Amino acid sequence: MEKATAQVRASVSPPLIFEQGRPGRRAMAQAPSVVEPWEDLPAHLRRNAPPALPEVSEMQVVRHYTRLSQRNFSIDTQFYPLGSCTMKYNPRACNTLAMLPGFLNRHPLAPAARGQGFLACLYELQEILQAVTGMQAVSLTPMAGAQGELAGMAMIRAYHRARGDLARTEVLVPNAAHGTNPATAVMCGFQVREIPTDASGDVDFAALEAALGPRTAAIMLTNPSTLGVFERRIGEIAERVHAAGGLLYYDGANLNAILGQVRPGDMGFDVVHVNLHKTFATPHGGGGPGAGAVGVGERLRPFLPIPYVLKEGERYRWAERADCPQSIGRLSAFMGNAGVLLRAYVYARLLGAEGMARVGTYATLSANYLLARLREMGFEPAYPERRASHEFTLTLKGLTARTGVTALDVAKRLLDYDFHAPTVYFPQLVPECLLIEPTETESKQDLDRFVAAMAAILVEAQEAPERLREAPHHLPVRRLDEVRAAREPDLRWQAPIDSLA
Amino acid sequence: MPFIPHTPEDVQAMLDAIGVTDVAELFDEIPPALRWSRVEGVPPGASEMAIARLMRERAARDGDDLCFLGAGAYEHHIPAAVWEIATRGEFYSAYTPYQAEASQGTLQLIYEYQSMMTALMGMDVSNASLYDGASALAEAALMALRLHRGGDVRRIWMPAAVHPHYRETVRTIVEGQGIALIEVPYDSVTGRTPAAALDDLPDAAALVIPQPNFFGRLEEVDALTDAARARGALVIAVVNPLAMAVLKPPGAWGAAGGADIACGDGQPLGIPLAGGGPYYGFLCCRSEHVRQMPGRIVGRTVDRDGRTGYTLTLQPREQHIRRAKATSNICTNQGLMVTTSTIHMALLGAEGLARAARSSHARAAALAGQLAALPGVSLRFVGPFFHEFVLTLPRPVAPVLTSLADVGILGGYDLSAAYPELGHALLVCATETRSAADLARYTAALATILGDDA
Repeated sequence: MEKATAQVRASVSPPLIFEQGRPGRRAMAQAPSVVEPWEDLPAHLRRNAPPALPEVSEMQVVRHYTRLSQRNFSIDTQFYPLGSCTMKYNPRACNTLAMLPGFLNRHPLAPAARGQGFLACLYELQEILQAVTGMQAVSLTPMAGAQGELAGMAMIRAYHRARGDLARTEVLVPNAAHGTNPATAVMCGFQVREIPTDASGDVDFAALEAALGPRTAAIMLTNPSTLGVFERRIGEIAERVHAAGGLLYYDGANLNAILGQVRPGDMGFDVVHVNLHKTFATPHGGGGPGAGAVGVGERLRPFLPIPYVLKEGERYRWAERADCPQSIGRLSAFMGNAGVLLRAYVYARLLGAEGMARVGTYATLSANYLLARLREMGFEPAYPERRASHEFTLTLKGLTARTGVTALDVAKRLLDYDFHAPTVYFPQLVPECLLIEPTETESKQDLDRFVAAMAAILVEAQEAPERLREAPHHLPVRRLDEVRAAREPDLRWQAPIDSLA
Repeated sequence: MPFIPHTPEDVQAMLDAIGVTDVAELFDEIPPALRWSRVEGVPPGASEMAIARLMRERAARDGDDLCFLGAGAYEHHIPAAVWEIATRGEFYSAYTPYQAEASQGTLQLIYEYQSMMTALMGMDVSNASLYDGASALAEAALMALRLHRGGDVRRIWMPAAVHPHYRETVRTIVEGQGIALIEVPYDSVTGRTPAAALDDLPDAAALVIPQPNFFGRLEEVDALTDAARARGALVIAVVNPLAMAVLKPPGAWGAAGGADIACGDGQPLGIPLAGGGPYYGFLCCRSEHVRQMPGRIVGRTVDRDGRTGYTLTLQPREQHIRRAKATSNICTNQGLMVTTSTIHMALLGAEGLARAARSSHARAAALAGQLAALPGVSLRFVGPFFHEFVLTLPRPVAPVLTSLADVGILGGYDLSAAYPELGHALLVCATETRSAADLARYTAALATILGDDA
């Protein structure tokens, strides 16, 4: 029986904006009305032919991109349980207030005296993040989680070097970690040593102890881990790593699970990054911009990336190189993703202390509820003995063995039911993995609708597995030929030859 | 509860389904000693009305100055339609298009963006964006080292005429990998980077060529490209994308094939100043280099029924597949800013962008003429510039800028910290947004301030 309810419907891709133009038709109503001279521009520095950009009217542009937007799933239109990405509601006030003209028109190099309002927001955000992470100082400049990781690992490198401890070249990373962790460690000049996970989903403690030594620079941990469980022996891990002379890096990807409940600083971490586009509800924007603020304990404070905001009396100013000669330096031309920081600040003030505690509580409640209901429907948790954090992993290996239906098939079929798919095949150590994160902003009734869809899909998997293998059926396109996309890369539109004549 | 929809009945039903009596039980795997009893150090929650008032007051305090600051961030007119469309929830609140079938809007838009950016740069391939211009230059440097045939050359030629913040960002990001930046001096008369300066320097994997450079000067890009090639180095262009509507694009530089990599900041294409971000970095390259490119890339393909569709492609370069062997650690990029820029470029077209670039130059040239006519003020360099120029003032710049700010004018960027050898040097910018009256106001104010101590 057809149960699909997709709101983003099957339809032919609109022609590219380039293909909608006509030579000489221009949207130039919004461009300067005159062509000004540039008399001293030497011929050999001049462009010969104009770039092949669209020649379309303003209304064509508005209509085209409005139609493209309607071919997307988004939080504003669908439940988006994408594990590890914390797709919670992005409050509209955050956008409206960050886009007030006084903030939008402020030049990044304008003197601090002309930006006291802006700097006050950033300073207070630093303080709030410091409090909820349990760290001693915060810099807001990293522009995404991965850049926060880079800042953190660069600080750890600088710390060991400043002590003359040049032998610490290894970074320990659990095999369940996000791919950004090992990639970052390598960018900072470290060698990566992978630590296995034990049968219950915790770090394999014996393997960790065996790996620790005079070459250990740090361990990078996500807690709760990417498996959706809390690392129970974190206290002992911190003790052992510190005793071996290493530092602990906290990947804040899963901070939403414990916001207001536990602080990374209290767990023994020396540096954390916070994904403000996850825990602090700033928009994901179709793939960014994010923000990856870093917090540090006393030991790493001298190495914080610049700029950050200092308060002197009632005045705010930027900390620059002269204030912190040991800083790892800049990570961006100006002040990171300043507008994202303003959005996170508004969100933090709207929630306040009591709201922050609610985030962790309700995110955890929703995840455990969803896990219990899906289990009841016959889905298999990857770690059945464990509590869920704000997310949890299911393994479909049993279903795959019985029916041939894979995690990817289930994910694609969910799209037909008008739900965004969970994260699939990550963490890689869970076979046929679905990583599901409902967040605190979805209602019980929406979670129940999701459970009903999953239950229906389970029935379909047994009765009509080919329907799942062929899914999605009702989206703008069906499964795409990714092999062709990679083997014969078509990465840009090119003007047809006859139009160049 | 703001943003949390659970009613007490919902909560009870959920607890029952889980089989616990209290929410606190859900945290029973966390060692009790680690639990935080009460959130401290965070102000109490406030209503949207109260926070809106606070933010309006703070935004108003930041004033509405007449801006002649550039130095890497430029005020241009952004058509109203750009942000109206870009902040639609379907763009604003979506994530990276991992599920292609449910993300055709974002994916087609990125494909169009890649098409526009390659057209503007005269290059073969563009990625889907990086964080900003400075970090894009760092990624370009790392990419060039991977591509360089010489193997062990861990050096990049970095002109002193590249934005000082870009140079510092590159240093922060590449330092961990033992890469050295070799400074290429600029000519003290023209403010340009002379190709002959490379003769005195050890070999490097790549030469960075800014166009225009930090002083606003137009570099001799062909000569520099050819000089780098002659030494076996790759060429990395770091350019203002708006200027490329009028200037020779990186793909056409030099005698053979143009630059290898073109990067820069997309801010001049529809992104407001916004205190420094979010902007976005763009990165383009020649097609033979694509497998060393960092970041997401979108390709056009077909679905099972042969219909056109778009998907993320060439992913084996990336961290989620390759982990420690990836081309970069980048994951999230600046999708929303690319959405903005794509709409901006579609609205203005080649002609509109060229007009904005030419108007900016014309305003800057007019302002340069007016200011350099003031007693004791002169242009520091000779030769063509885009929309920025360096003035020499008769006395230290900082107090002059403070006096200008007191009358609501941001007079430019004081070069004396980054370039002490230039003396009392001030970098001034004007774009198409500055009217003749604005220029006159600046000129009069500066005349008054300098006249005061005459």
